[in-house]
Amino acid sequence: MRPWAPSVKDRAMTTLSVALSILTSVIIVAITPMKGKLAYFTIFFIAWFVIDSIMIIRKSGSKGVRDALAAKITFIGGFVVILAVASILWSAISRGFKGINFAFLTQTMREASIFDAIGKGGIAHAIVGTLMLITIAIIISVPMGILTALYLTEIKGRAAGIIQFLVQAMAGVPSVVAGLFIYAAVVLYTPLRSSAFLGGLALTILMVPTVTRTAQEVLNLVPRDLREAGLAMGATQWKTVALVVVPAARSGLITATILGVARIAGETAPLLFTIGAFDSYNFNPVKGDNSAIPAIVWKGLLGGTPESIQRAWSAILVLLVIVLVMFVLARTLGSKAMKK
Amino acid sequence: MSVTAPAKTTPTPRVITTKPRVSDQIFRGIVTTFSFSALVILSLIALFLLLKGFATFKEQGIGFITHFEWNISTDAAGKADAHFGLQAMLLGTVIISFIALFFAVPLSVLTALFLTFYAPQGIKKLLVTVIDLMAAFPSILYGLWGYFVLMPMAEYWAKLLHKWFGWIYIFDVPQPVFTRSPFIAGIVLSIMIIPIITSVSREVFSQTPLDRVQAAYALGSSKWGMIRAVVLPFGAGGVVGGSMLGLGRAFGETVAVYTVLNIVFRPNFHILFTQGGNVASMIIQKWGEASPVELSALMAAGLVLFILTLIVNFAANFVVKKTVKSGR
Repeated sequence: MRPWAPSVKDRAMTTLSVALSILTSVIIVAITPMKGKLAYFTIFFIAWFVIDSIMIIRKSGSKGVRDALAAKITFIGGFVVILAVASILWSAISRGFKGINFAFLTQTMREASIFDAIGKGGIAHAIVGTLMLITIAIIISVPMGILTALYLTEIKGRAAGIIQFLVQAMAGVPSVVAGLFIYAAVVLYTPLRSSAFLGGLALTILMVPTVTRTAQEVLNLVPRDLREAGLAMGATQWKTVALVVVPAARSGLITATILGVARIAGETAPLLFTIGAFDSYNFNPVKGDNSAIPAIVWKGLLGGTPESIQRAWSAILVLLVIVLVMFVLARTLGSKAMKK
Repeated sequence: MSVTAPAKTTPTPRVITTKPRVSDQIFRGIVTTFSFSALVILSLIALFLLLKGFATFKEQGIGFITHFEWNISTDAAGKADAHFGLQAMLLGTVIISFIALFFAVPLSVLTALFLTFYAPQGIKKLLVTVIDLMAAFPSILYGLWGYFVLMPMAEYWAKLLHKWFGWIYIFDVPQPVFTRSPFIAGIVLSIMIIPIITSVSREVFSQTPLDRVQAAYALGSSKWGMIRAVVLPFGAGGVVGGSMLGLGRAFGETVAVYTVLNIVFRPNFHILFTQGGNVASMIIQKWGEASPVELSALMAAGLVLFILTLIVNFAANFVVKKTVKSGR
């Protein structure tokens, strides 16, 4: 028994006050000229506060009222955030779902223009492009990120403080700057031209800090005892890290990678400078323009016709599903890593 | 057959050193080298943008920051005359970011308080997931949503604001056009930076020393009284730091702002009017048809943006770190 837990009567009172407030807001909106969601919302909260306050005064005196008001206001904060996210998710699902069909997922835009109806042309080439970009970014940034994290957790050298600071600063590099930099450094100075490889390089800059910080967190979770046991058995530090610490943190390191990928999968701005725009498959990572889902969304949005905007919504839904899947994957793996 | 006695040898004692083995030296060397990648990348970014943007800095001088024209004209002799000024864009970036902070900071602090002190376990888990998810949404999704879903609503709010508060300078408009305004861009940005501010605030709030919390309760404080007397003073620095991190993100946001803002090279303080500026969005707007001269100007603009976000981020991390330490 938990004596502080709300009793049935308390719960009934809470429900009653919410129900009464909803009723009040509906009535007031109906009989006054005020209109719209905003009106419902405002009146509901005012009514809720008034009704609840009366109940609290009857139960525990006037001192509880301010406390209850504070609780309600913080609740409104959380509620508005959830509302915004729900609206974003719902708009992507409801608007994007109309354009999803077999052709959309398996064809390319080679034969289709922005005026073609949905059902002709698709984003298969962009999915391939995005996968290539992600693969390139993983290959470069995961070793970089994990080694940096190892320096911060295992070696803890003299520069650790500065490097920690720089990694955090790097997390704030605007994505457009990453794209500009790759263009300035690679396209203008080497024979390489826009391609998936350059896009991957730009995304790497954005991915490394995420991987580093998450990897650092999970490596810090590995118990000290394990490291000491390894060293006490006569293993060198290298053996201890390679055979004890890293395997112990394995699923956490995978989580770090997935979170990094989720961070970059939807990046648009750097791709505008680095991968060009191509309407068909290009399997060569270092030569020739390529495409990616965010780039398709961008193109569809600028296309401006109803069909092309529909394609943009559908493409963003595909991207969102990819990000969501990775997010859930990272969560489950991550919570497994925490439990160990 | 006689057994020859083994030659007498005095065993040399094993040398005990703290010198790492060769394998360890290699390991440490590789890890240390890679750990400098952040430093190398950051300096390369600054170096190359400076290299490419140097011509513009030399040509425009301080006017690059203080003027707002952005045009290239060719005179009769065929000599190009270029004027590049970032003033309107920088100003616009700051205005939009502060509108974003105006909405995002109270919402985030309230959400963080709700999560830390009020939310029941189930709702807490849901809300934390939702906020983490928000951070992972592609920025172009915010752009699409802002343009097609939020803009009609926000236009209505803007009209209301103009109707009631139009006599205040910033809510006045030269013409009644309320779409693609700094106000709307600010709202979109505010939603994008909520996850950052919320998670930093939550982290700081949850590190409030337990003894102080319990002391407040023991003195008969209500929950809100405890929050006001203990949590908020303790966490204030963290909230400031988190807000600055959000500000850094808002400065650099590109695609989402581009879709919901009408970029015009003229300073505008009427936040409800369809005219604004943003350095990052301006770069992708001008990118498509940029001549080599203009390209240099865009690189220079990128460098200015890079330095700006770097400064804000450094300051933010410094503040957060200091706050978290002060609790111990």
